[in-house]
Amino acid sequence: MRRIISILMENEPGALSRVVGLFSQRGYNIETLTVAPTEDRTLSRLTLTTFGDDRQIERITKNLNKLIEVVKLVDLTEGPHIERELMLCKVKATGAQRAEVKRTVDIFRGQIVDVTSSVYTVQLAGTSDKLDAFVGTIGDAQVLEVVRTGVSGISRGEKVLSI
Amino acid sequence: MEKLSGAEMLVRALQDEGVEIIFGYPGGAVLHIYDALFQQDKVQHILVRHEQAATHAADGYSRATGKPGVVLVTSGPGATNAVTGIATAYMDSIPMVVLSGQVRSDWIGDDAFQETDMVGICRPIVKHSFSVRKPEDIPEMMKKAFYIATTGRPGPVLVDIPKDQTSPLVKVPYEYPKKVKMRSYSPVARGHSGQIRKAVDEMLKARRPVIYAGGGVILGDGSEYLTKLAKLLNFPVTNTLMGLGAYPGSDSQFLGMLGMHGTYEANMVMHSSDLIVAVGARFDDRVTNHAEKFCPGATVIHVDVDPASISKNVRADVPIVGPVRQVLEEMVSMIEESPDRPDAKALQRWWDEIKGWREYHGLRYEVNDGGPMKPQQVVQALYKATKGDAYVTSDVGQHQMFAAQFYKFDKPRRWINSGGLGTMGFGLPSAIGVQFAFPDAMVACVTGEGSIQMNIQELSTCLQYGLPIKIININNQALGMVRQWQDMQYGGRHSQSYMDSLPDFVRLAESYGHVGIRVDRIEDLDEAMEKAFSLKDRLVFMDIYVDPSEHVYPMHIADGSMRDMWLSKTERT
Repeated sequence: MRRIISILMENEPGALSRVVGLFSQRGYNIETLTVAPTEDRTLSRLTLTTFGDDRQIERITKNLNKLIEVVKLVDLTEGPHIERELMLCKVKATGAQRAEVKRTVDIFRGQIVDVTSSVYTVQLAGTSDKLDAFVGTIGDAQVLEVVRTGVSGISRGEKVLSI
Repeated sequence: MEKLSGAEMLVRALQDEGVEIIFGYPGGAVLHIYDALFQQDKVQHILVRHEQAATHAADGYSRATGKPGVVLVTSGPGATNAVTGIATAYMDSIPMVVLSGQVRSDWIGDDAFQETDMVGICRPIVKHSFSVRKPEDIPEMMKKAFYIATTGRPGPVLVDIPKDQTSPLVKVPYEYPKKVKMRSYSPVARGHSGQIRKAVDEMLKARRPVIYAGGGVILGDGSEYLTKLAKLLNFPVTNTLMGLGAYPGSDSQFLGMLGMHGTYEANMVMHSSDLIVAVGARFDDRVTNHAEKFCPGATVIHVDVDPASISKNVRADVPIVGPVRQVLEEMVSMIEESPDRPDAKALQRWWDEIKGWREYHGLRYEVNDGGPMKPQQVVQALYKATKGDAYVTSDVGQHQMFAAQFYKFDKPRRWINSGGLGTMGFGLPSAIGVQFAFPDAMVACVTGEGSIQMNIQELSTCLQYGLPIKIININNQALGMVRQWQDMQYGGRHSQSYMDSLPDFVRLAESYGHVGIRVDRIEDLDEAMEKAFSLKDRLVFMDIYVDPSEHVYPMHIADGSMRDMWLSKTERT
């Protein structure tokens, strides 16, 4: 099962490698990983997605919690949450395809943020599924380059992950 | 405020932590620190002959005293040599602070002479690590290092120190923090009373209970309350390899060690129990045998300070996260206040059954009449000569299991062995640490001719400091445990488990300035032991030749349950 684990941790060198090490040591793959400082510069928020059953995730979260730099963590997939990923995508835009790509971008509520005579650079935000669907719709033949940030997420409602 | 260099601050921080002794080996990157050490006399530095031995010595010191062990090594090979010892301490949750030198900050990452990424190498085998980036950080970093190493589930902490951070030319104000507070680290201070109450209720209604206590009881100073609990309830107690001494080994309620080479009765009791009270133990694979076949009828209470240990291998029905001492104390007082007691008749029937198991096997082994000595006899002679009152360190292999089975430890912190990592070469250096902690105590290192050669250079350290350790070399001229597995699982093909050019250990010991005694016949064993322990100020190396064909029994049958055991070469359950 896909999980989104969100971690609040000390913004210190070495902290990230400890988190990643716990996964690689056990042979678990991290699908996506995004990390940046929070409004409090001494803290970083790290969001990662991985796959695992309840037992594996329980073990990994217990061990993540043991890391000295980890302040708090939450498995967002345990409750209602919002997840977003940002994608920048270069798409071939020539001839008849040019208008079709523009229409598709509009349908997906993306933005064209850079244009040349043959290429559109599209910015698109949403769930990972939506980003996949966009790339699928445009088709491999048209897609020149894809950059994705990885999932960021936050709980719905009043619940906050803070110290 | 007083101004000190980084090197001086490190030494002062050790003093302020109350550290009396450190183990180490100098080298380029730590010369400033060694110079600062030279100019004071509060912290004694012990010079070993190899950095691995420094870590094991600090480890042995810690296990015997409960205080953190401290190690100082240089960068590169000095640091990497310490890795095995750090991993050993990590696996057994031993509090340790390792100071490792590093090349100067602006050279890091450039393949400088004796550079290695020690923080990176150690990441999976330390509780935490620090890297000094400016000398001003040293006092707080050291305070945190000791705090982290010694609290919660203890473990080794590495402090990596680039040489420029210790320069005598840079002096900064020094003040050692009195307290440390970390928002991201707060070990559990108390077990949940509701959970403890639940556990007590389970104990009071148990009919076939057993207490399964591990190294956590020793590390958490819980032996006193563990004993009270067992006595109050009349429950049988088994200890893990790491837990030996947590409950008095000669007490009638003690079943011996459990697990792969545990006693028949301990393993039978576990398998047949309806309640397991696991305290400071982690259901290691060497204990449980196949986890899915583990004790099918038992309710499991699991007390541990580390939440990650609970329900890791075996699901706990009543998990209690907390310091074992406090939890046990609370259990004892709840039971004392309660009018209820477990069903005495049911317990009596349970004890009758246990008695039967005890009588059936009871660690029996065959003695060779007139033939070679058995290794078990050596441990029994050691027990007799020391009246059960020695600190016993051990290496890894058959001799370790025989020592665990046959030496009855009545007190905690007397049995010192590498249980988790299983590090050959641990015995002698850890004995060094123990002897420094207790200069007047009897310290015996039970080892084998394979293990002892993995750190034999420490005989030199023992000479330098006049350590009267007694080395009990159970010499079967083979890597006994490897050979046993080869006998049992590889058709007796002894691939590389035979050592055919052993040194003359007696002369080797003598050349290091010690006393060597060779024993070949059982008739000479007791007298030789007496003689060795009568030489109170000398290290004695006892080279004792034993039957190479002996196996350790009982032995779990792989992938079976707790009760599936070989009881001898020909008999199984």
